[in-house]
Amino acid sequence: MAVTVSIPTILRTHTGGQKSVEASGSTVAEVIDSLDASHGGLKARLVREGSLHRFVNVYVNDEDVRFAGGLEAPVSDGDNVTILPAVAGG
Amino acid sequence: MLRIRRDLVDAMVAHARRDHPDEACGILAGPEGSDRPERAVPMLNAARSPTYYEFDPTEWNAVYREMAGDDEEPVVIYHSHTATEPYPSRTDIARAGEYATMLPSPHYVLIGTRDPDVHELRSYRIADGAVTEEPVEIVETATPQ
Repeated sequence: MAVTVSIPTILRTHTGGQKSVEASGSTVAEVIDSLDASHGGLKARLVREGSLHRFVNVYVNDEDVRFAGGLEAPVSDGDNVTILPAVAGG
Repeated sequence: MLRIRRDLVDAMVAHARRDHPDEACGILAGPEGSDRPERAVPMLNAARSPTYYEFDPTEWNAVYREMAGDDEEPVVIYHSHTATEPYPSRTDIARAGEYATMLPSPHYVLIGTRDPDVHELRSYRIADGAVTEEPVEIVETATPQ
């Protein structure tokens, strides 16, 4: 299943400057593996010890995957996946 | 240096006063690469806390997509300190480091609201764990390009 992934500015060093790239998979984890296969190094920026990095937000369309199963959140053909840093502080 | 319009300063201070004693947080958006804040986007503090702030993830996604569609980026990220001095906390510095791995480092503006009558406003750059305060120049109107 093909999805479009929006890449935040600094991570575009991994995608040859492309703002969005195609990837495939039926879960967020599979999409990230597919991304990493064509754009090496991205997975390490997003996943730590088998979970989504605590301060990385991943969305499938409008939904934060943290509330939809995390890395196991389902992805459908044509979905838009967005990666953003969490913004927080004290 | 941060060069910023008076009305944007007023908007941040008003937001910080409104949410006091909880921390307020938000964005000043501007054209990508311009270093010029043009509009204020007050954000929800999902933590609703006097000592912590966190953009609501769903709102942040919507705001980011709108900005990206207009070739804008966060030029400033602001938040308030409601009981302590307006200097980046250890948590602020750690989160800024993670942000910088994904999006260009903004100006970090802190607004102190511990005094009910007189606010404090400071701007910082945070890079590689180091905090540098920078001058703030407040202008009455935008400078034509």
